[in-house]
Amino acid sequence: MKTKHTISVVLYPIIFLLLFLAVWQIADWIWKIPRILLPSPWEIITVSIKRIDDLLSATLITAQAALVGFSLALVMGTALGLLFSISKIVRRSVYPYMIFLQTVPIVAIAPLIIIWFGGGMASIVVIVTVISLFPIVTNVTTGLRSVDTGLLDLMTLYRASPHQILFKVRLPNAIPYLVTGAKISSGLTIVGAVIGEYMGGHGIDEQGLGYYIFMSSENFQTEVLFASIFLSSLLGVVMVTTVALISHTLLARWTFQLER
Amino acid sequence: MTHTPAIAIDNLNMQYGGATILDSVSCTIPAGQWVSIVGPSGCGKSTLLRCVAGLTNPTTGMVQLEGKQPAFVFQDPTLLPWRSAAGNIQLPLELEQPSKESWSDRVLQVAQLVGLADADIDKYPRELSGGMRMRVSIARALVMNPNALLLDEPFAALDEILRQQLNQELLHIWQTQQMTVLFVTHNVAEAVYLSQRVIVLNANGTVGGDVAIDLPADRDPAIRNTPLFLEKTAAVSRILQEGL
Repeated sequence: MKTKHTISVVLYPIIFLLLFLAVWQIADWIWKIPRILLPSPWEIITVSIKRIDDLLSATLITAQAALVGFSLALVMGTALGLLFSISKIVRRSVYPYMIFLQTVPIVAIAPLIIIWFGGGMASIVVIVTVISLFPIVTNVTTGLRSVDTGLLDLMTLYRASPHQILFKVRLPNAIPYLVTGAKISSGLTIVGAVIGEYMGGHGIDEQGLGYYIFMSSENFQTEVLFASIFLSSLLGVVMVTTVALISHTLLARWTFQLER
Repeated sequence: MTHTPAIAIDNLNMQYGGATILDSVSCTIPAGQWVSIVGPSGCGKSTLLRCVAGLTNPTTGMVQLEGKQPAFVFQDPTLLPWRSAAGNIQLPLELEQPSKESWSDRVLQVAQLVGLADADIDKYPRELSGGMRMRVSIARALVMNPNALLLDEPFAALDEILRQQLNQELLHIWQTQQMTVLFVTHNVAEAVYLSQRVIVLNANGTVGGDVAIDLPADRDPAIRNTPLFLEKTAAVSRILQEGL
């Protein structure tokens, strides 16, 4: 029964994809659609194979920027969450502006970041950090603050110090929340990296997928554009899946808490 | 057993949001005695216990405790889900002696006392049944070898068979450990069966009565069918009805 379910989950999307590509290819043969508007799947594959080294290198550069920015967001987000949970004054003073910052579209902030940090990897990493920071901060703050009052009573009963309460209850309690925030952020990192490279990835030696998207659209290399979009999406899926797998392993101990 | 007061509650008043939760509650509990507190829902039973534990400050009045801080068993097992049963049991020891690295002997000792199998102490709370989780919670309370144990309806969420089994085990622990026990419950029969005294709180937060339960010290489930048990249960129930 389970095998049948797995087959249907995996097989049906693959069959759909193959049918979709076949219809697309046949439509191209019948109507001779111009390559600039819509290249055929075969043309995209042929060009991608020809430029495989460039595209893979770009994918790795984008992944690198996303990972560095994501790591920074994890460290900064956890530190900020910790600060917000410890100090009510800091939380009430700064938190509303964090929410405000989150509502500003990243494409509106990106040029400012590029002006401040210059074009290149530094700006791209900052953009990734900014876009992925907020879900981590909010989740960690919630996790540190939403501790079962019974557990806090227990710690009071045994006269635990604030330090002991933080390390024995609050931080472990915040782990599932941090992981949830990281899951949300992991998908955003590729968006941030591609936007950063699109807007500020010029004039540097190592160019990522965002730069390829920009250049191929400027030069009407639609095959490369499609390949870059596909690789960006694939990178996003890999990033989200990796974080989900890590979180699944990490959260094994917390299952009861999550169920509750 | 000695009769030095282990817990002395003196004219305790508790008001919250304009409502009176506890009104002039006074009583003394001698060392080694098992006293149960019964009363209708919302009469302040748990608040009284929290005041004794120092978790809630009364508006006026005071609580005097003889010896160490009493241990507390909450209505929920209140376990840290990311720690194994052993990890939960040793938490109070870790908090008191952070530099020490292993408490396994003491943990095993109390785990055995509450009927936890060796295989269970490495399990996480989610892997344990409700009864086992409560056993872990009781073991955690006992690990510091307290003089007094405060229990806030610990078996309320358990089924009747398991409840009676745990009652029996708790009685055994009380007899062997020579502790003072203050036990909050809404179950009159349970209170009478376990206790040497039952204090009844009225709905308005005053003490409605203090009934001595002069049943034999060795409580056997068969005692529940004796005329004396039924008489005591009826007496407590009558006071409860009058205080509504």
